[in-house]
Amino acid sequence: MVLKSHAARTVLLSELWFGMYVTFKAMFKRRATLNYPYEKGYLSPRFRGEHALRRYANGEERCIACKLCEAVCPAQAITIEAEPRDDGSRRTTRYDIDMTKCIYCGYCQEACPVDAIVEGPNFEFASETREELMYNKDKLLANGDRWEREIAANLAADAPYR
Amino acid sequence: MPTLTIDGVEIEVEAGATVLQACEQAGKEVPRFCYHDRLNIAGNCRMCLVEMEKSPKPIASCAMPVGDGMVIHTNTPQVQKAREGVMEFLLINHPLDCPICDQGGECDLQDQAMAYGLDHSRYRENKRAVTDKDLGPLVKTVMTRCIHCTRCIRFATEIAGVEELGALGRGEHMEISNYVEQALSSELSGNIIDLCPVGALTSKPYAFTARSWELNTTETIDTHDAVGSNIRVDARGRTILRVLPRLHEDINEEWISDKARFANDGLRRQRLDRPYVRRDGRLHAASWDEAFSAIAERLKSTDGTRMAAIAGDQACAESMVVLKDLMAALGSPHIDCRQDGAKLDASIRSSYLFNTTISGIEDADACLMIGTNPRWEAALVNARLRKRYLAGGFRVLSVGPQPDLTFPVEVLGAGPDTLSAFGNGTHEAAQVLTNAERPMVIVGQGALAREDGAAVLGAARRIAENSNAVRDDWNGFNVLHTAAARVAGLDLGLVPGEGGRDVAGIIDGAAKGEIDAVFLLGADEIDVAAMGEAFVIYLGHHGDKGAGRADVVLPGAAYVEKNATWVNTEGRVQLGHRAVFPPGDAREDWAIIRALSEVMGCTLPYDDLGSVRRRMAEVAETFNIIDVIQPAPWGQFGSDAAPDAEPFTTPIDDFYMTDAICRSSETMAACSVQILGNGSKATGIHG
Repeated sequence: MVLKSHAARTVLLSELWFGMYVTFKAMFKRRATLNYPYEKGYLSPRFRGEHALRRYANGEERCIACKLCEAVCPAQAITIEAEPRDDGSRRTTRYDIDMTKCIYCGYCQEACPVDAIVEGPNFEFASETREELMYNKDKLLANGDRWEREIAANLAADAPYR
Repeated sequence: MPTLTIDGVEIEVEAGATVLQACEQAGKEVPRFCYHDRLNIAGNCRMCLVEMEKSPKPIASCAMPVGDGMVIHTNTPQVQKAREGVMEFLLINHPLDCPICDQGGECDLQDQAMAYGLDHSRYRENKRAVTDKDLGPLVKTVMTRCIHCTRCIRFATEIAGVEELGALGRGEHMEISNYVEQALSSELSGNIIDLCPVGALTSKPYAFTARSWELNTTETIDTHDAVGSNIRVDARGRTILRVLPRLHEDINEEWISDKARFANDGLRRQRLDRPYVRRDGRLHAASWDEAFSAIAERLKSTDGTRMAAIAGDQACAESMVVLKDLMAALGSPHIDCRQDGAKLDASIRSSYLFNTTISGIEDADACLMIGTNPRWEAALVNARLRKRYLAGGFRVLSVGPQPDLTFPVEVLGAGPDTLSAFGNGTHEAAQVLTNAERPMVIVGQGALAREDGAAVLGAARRIAENSNAVRDDWNGFNVLHTAAARVAGLDLGLVPGEGGRDVAGIIDGAAKGEIDAVFLLGADEIDVAAMGEAFVIYLGHHGDKGAGRADVVLPGAAYVEKNATWVNTEGRVQLGHRAVFPPGDAREDWAIIRALSEVMGCTLPYDDLGSVRRRMAEVAETFNIIDVIQPAPWGQFGSDAAPDAEPFTTPIDDFYMTDAICRSSETMAACSVQILGNGSKATGIHG
């Protein structure tokens, strides 16, 4: 065919028109991308993001230093030290997570008998230095205080399936 | 011997054994909480139920004696159901607080609930709660967890010999209690922690610090007394967190004293972790090179005969043999390992050993104790004596202080007068020993560490010989040591050579300026202040009395920080193993002395532990064989002179404060105050 010859396509700019047609069609499709960070995608209640240590409603920290999370952690990212607190209760004196080691498997929150250590919905904790990713107890408790509402909602949403 | 069938296997067991023991012999595991090999049978947990044919109900196997022709089943559905029922009842009042319980991970109830527990609870009522009891500074109680197995009561009553624990109330309202809230007065009280199958009794100093699965276990030897208890040391990283007993039937069975178990926090305090050199009257931290050059400079012009060495109570055999060779190379005869000045004779081995052996106590039928309080000097020897007393037909006589022991003792007198009367047969009680088939004499350090010690030793030997306690098949002459290093020191000959001075002579010489340099190998129990102007080199692990007086301090390793050898009071050679590394710049003791020899210009030919051990075996061939007691030939020892009239005293006035490690331990200080009432005594931790 003449039209299919190389010369005809060159003269009629058919490939250009076809490309413009594809572009035009895509204008009416749903967008696949997000305007991150101004827009954010859907997160499952089971999403395993940054760790947090939770408190009870009365402000008492939940963690009882049972060390099950430390034992179960496959990356050995958790370090706990404990001793009796002044009132005789069992509490940690040190709760460190090396976030550079963590593989976000979620075993720690599965192992926790008191829902103290959880992986919350926050995934935006990139830092400029490695040192900032060595989380200590204060940082984790602060995370818990900051994200408690979301974490509690996620736990409640997931509770029927557990 | 009755024959019975267990799960289809016919087995013959000793008459009088229980069905549970027969099952164990047949290799069938039977769960139990209250039953324990070394305690009386209580039969109150009901976990060991098994099925016996022709019996309408399952039987408690721990309390049922075997009978000929019994047919036992341990794995039927009925047995499983019975045990599940018992487990459910036990768990009704047991709080499910495993995550905060120190027993978690090594708990009998936890383990057996995996096999016999339901996965849910059918119990909807309120659980019982019980007030915690105060058992002193060592044992922490959470009595709500108690399942009433009564092991602790039986241990306290039978083995520790202090009737301070009991049960009040019955059924659900039963409570283990010590009646009045005060610390247990036993030096074996820590063992109830191991015995407790649940987390009701746990270790107070160890509370909440670690989980069993994160600890590295090392098997080694205790050196707080001369018993040589077998221990396992649990450490995490570089910290020793707890010490537990290890089974050794001939020494400590499965118990250890509270000092062995709880003094380990002393290893974290007051440690010497770098060398120190005294300048302008104060100790300054220094490097090894500086410390060695300070020694070399001071001693280069000193004649060897003006130097002396004293080995301490916890020194290992390796460091002592190297020290001995160093002093020999320097030409000094002034060396001694008997800090307390005990007049022991190193030439005849049987004169300083516990010849009967600790397990041999069980064969004895009469005992004379001379100047000793075994309860404090060797708590496990005391436990063995009590075990022998409970078996019946055992009379114990004592000459010396009136100790509060855990079995009845007839105190004959306070001092050597009674001993002399006893020796020449004029004392009425002398018949007790002569009539006994296997009598034993125990001589304590309180009777030997005095001016007339040799005369007392001679008198004790004569008593043993006259009462036919020394024969081919039985040696009833025993010296009870208090220092872990002493027997090894005597075996290796760390006693003054020809013209040499003993400890008192060395200190006296130092005070008078006749001795210029004194080398202390962990020696703290001497009068360090009396050493005048002498140059003192202290090699040890704690900043205790010796280091305080020293001119140069060399940091060494404590007993759990080195691979080393100790010989217990029986003459049993045992190997200790390193659980953690010494802190900071501290090194193993023998290696420090070897390095020092180079500085002093008389390099010793030891390059590794093997060569030191070969040298030990050369000096005393008993070191060739580990954990077996070598027969020691009998001989003439002690002097024939009459001892003085002064009464014997006990060498230990505070069980919890006997060495540098104990003195640095907060736990031991608390025990001293709360159990012995030594309120005003300043200790190492008071700075």
